[in-house]
Amino acid sequence: MPPFVARIVLLFALLACGPALAQGVAFVSSEKDNALTVIDLKTLAVTGTIATCKRPRHMQLTPDGKQLLVACGESNAADVIDVATRKSVRKLPLGDDPEAFDLSPDGKTLYVTNEDEGELSMIDIASGKILRSVKVGKEPEGVKVSHDGAVVWVTSEVANLVHVIDTASGKVLNNVKVGKRPRRFALTPDGAQLWVTNELGASVTVLSTKDYSVIDTLQFQVKGIRDTDTTPVGITMTRDGKRAFVALGRANHVAFVDVASRKVTDLVLVGKRAWNVVLDKAEARLLVCNGLSDDLTVIDVASAKPLKTVPVGRVPYMAVIVE
Amino acid sequence: MIRASRAIGLALLLGAHAAASAAAFKVLLLERADDPQLERSTLERAYLGHPGGPAADGIDVALKEAQFELDAAGAAITLERSAVADAQGARDAAARAQKAGVAAIVSNLPGDWLLAAADATPLPVLNVADAADRLRERDCRAHVLHLLPSERMRADALAQTLVSRRWNQVLLLNGPSALDAERTAVAQAAIKRYALKAVQTKPFKLSADPRERDLANAALLTSTANVGNYDVVWVIDSDGEFARSLPYRIALPRPVVGDAGLVALAWQAQFERFGAPQVSRRFAKATGRPMTAHDWSAWMAGKALVAAATAAPKGPAAAFAKTLPTLDLDGSKGTTMSFRAWDGQLRQPLLLTDGQGVIAMAPADGVLHPKNNLDTLGADAPEKLCKAKP
Repeated sequence: MPPFVARIVLLFALLACGPALAQGVAFVSSEKDNALTVIDLKTLAVTGTIATCKRPRHMQLTPDGKQLLVACGESNAADVIDVATRKSVRKLPLGDDPEAFDLSPDGKTLYVTNEDEGELSMIDIASGKILRSVKVGKEPEGVKVSHDGAVVWVTSEVANLVHVIDTASGKVLNNVKVGKRPRRFALTPDGAQLWVTNELGASVTVLSTKDYSVIDTLQFQVKGIRDTDTTPVGITMTRDGKRAFVALGRANHVAFVDVASRKVTDLVLVGKRAWNVVLDKAEARLLVCNGLSDDLTVIDVASAKPLKTVPVGRVPYMAVIVE
Repeated sequence: MIRASRAIGLALLLGAHAAASAAAFKVLLLERADDPQLERSTLERAYLGHPGGPAADGIDVALKEAQFELDAAGAAITLERSAVADAQGARDAAARAQKAGVAAIVSNLPGDWLLAAADATPLPVLNVADAADRLRERDCRAHVLHLLPSERMRADALAQTLVSRRWNQVLLLNGPSALDAERTAVAQAAIKRYALKAVQTKPFKLSADPRERDLANAALLTSTANVGNYDVVWVIDSDGEFARSLPYRIALPRPVVGDAGLVALAWQAQFERFGAPQVSRRFAKATGRPMTAHDWSAWMAGKALVAAATAAPKGPAAAFAKTLPTLDLDGSKGTTMSFRAWDGQLRQPLLLTDGQGVIAMAPADGVLHPKNNLDTLGADAPEKLCKAKP
């Protein structure tokens, strides 16, 4: 097919699937802006910004989808933003230098890593009280709560460990050695496998949540890029647990992974230092924050092709989609 | 012995997995008694590229922050310090250390003292103090690892930066000491390697004597009537006092690089990428001072010791020594670092700094190497400059 015909076909394909695509917005946190950028998912254009606290990084919606929690490293708090009005409604103290967090299944407790102190803090969202702080390895980052809420997993970038912490007692049940500089998690829908990205290992460690044995290690390789430049961080999975998407950092690519075979099916070129990734509800589009090119790439999942790259704030960290 | 067993006890108490196999590796830090670089007035001047305090600070921070990892692996490390007055003292201390069951030595000593210590024992020696290339080349030893970047690595980093800026015409100013002469030769080689042009190399002298003003007056040293035009002044001043004010004393409004102005270093406390702020913050919290390049190197020595201990938690010391040179290390500079097989040097990115922040990193964008771009900084394998290494 001549290229221009291909382009026209692609254009029609895009137009055809346009109405079925998300009507919502994406909120993008940028570490150096103290603001969230708002992107209209239909037009893929920036429609505005929302002022927030200092150095916003990890964000997550409450289970009812009504509020967006934004962890701000320099404010030692989360900004709680009402999604409907896009206004900050309160600040939730998170302890020193909060980086990433996750919520208990009932949405009542927040588990946050405090990077400087090397702690995981458990916070009661309603009262804002710190219920408990658990010492973990230095520079803790990724946090994930199990489906039943019984354990929380935390990575330590310095200790190269995944800590398994009992949420009820705050006890560290297990320290699991993974690859170098572990960062983020994805959990298979059945809860059996915990996927951990290793930033300096160019890999993902697949752990069994039953006995914390290493089931497999996926090593990423991008043609023309040295392994030392392949620095995976962000990871997400489809709801059916069949596909995973891993941002490869300075390799400037996102890997599409078939979960069952643990094989990379596609590599998509994005912006510089691909960081966190998020899927829209239809799982038709993947949004990738590019930390070193201050933009966000929208990927069409079906064709594994980038659709558009949208300039956002300075040092974008992650996006959250509201539809 | 008492200290060692206490460390084992501690590991047992803290570690969920510290079974009876917990081993304590003893590490000896050799320091120079009355180190002139650590005198108060010297430290207060805080010249770029000079130590900011004792090497023990960096090692301590690395060991403390690794407590969780060490406990989980069932390992422990105890650090002992010994101050020596000369090369003979270093030799004796190293020999004693070996008898006492020490697993590794960290050397915060001048080169000749380090060699005396290294020749007294087959134990691994981690150099955190001397950047001289001869220790990686003609005077290298098979069991010495270098955490501090070599002078040649620093000169290459600077030369790459100049090339990327197209500041090609370089006026070299060199100081009077033997160390300055050695480092000037290294700078000249880097200038040649990167096809820059040394328009002139002029010696300077720190002096207020009017009869020596040709050597001491920065405006005269850099006047176009004397040296022609230039894009940049590269000053080599191991002492630091002359270079400090040079950026604002030269005849033309040109940048100064080398030992003032823009300096290539292993670390800078304001570096804000790759988790560096957390490292600098932990160091500042523990010691009450900013983390210098020497501190980073000492911290990396601690990190290497921890990595070796967790890789071989049950020992013996021979397994620990064997794993040390093969480690992949994370030093918050965005990439994995390891020791070069051909000279024991830790390959690492360098930071170009004016002392207030990080302006650029080396290897510079576009400078490539067939295997690892980090090996564009310093001596490469095919040069075979270290005969003690295979």
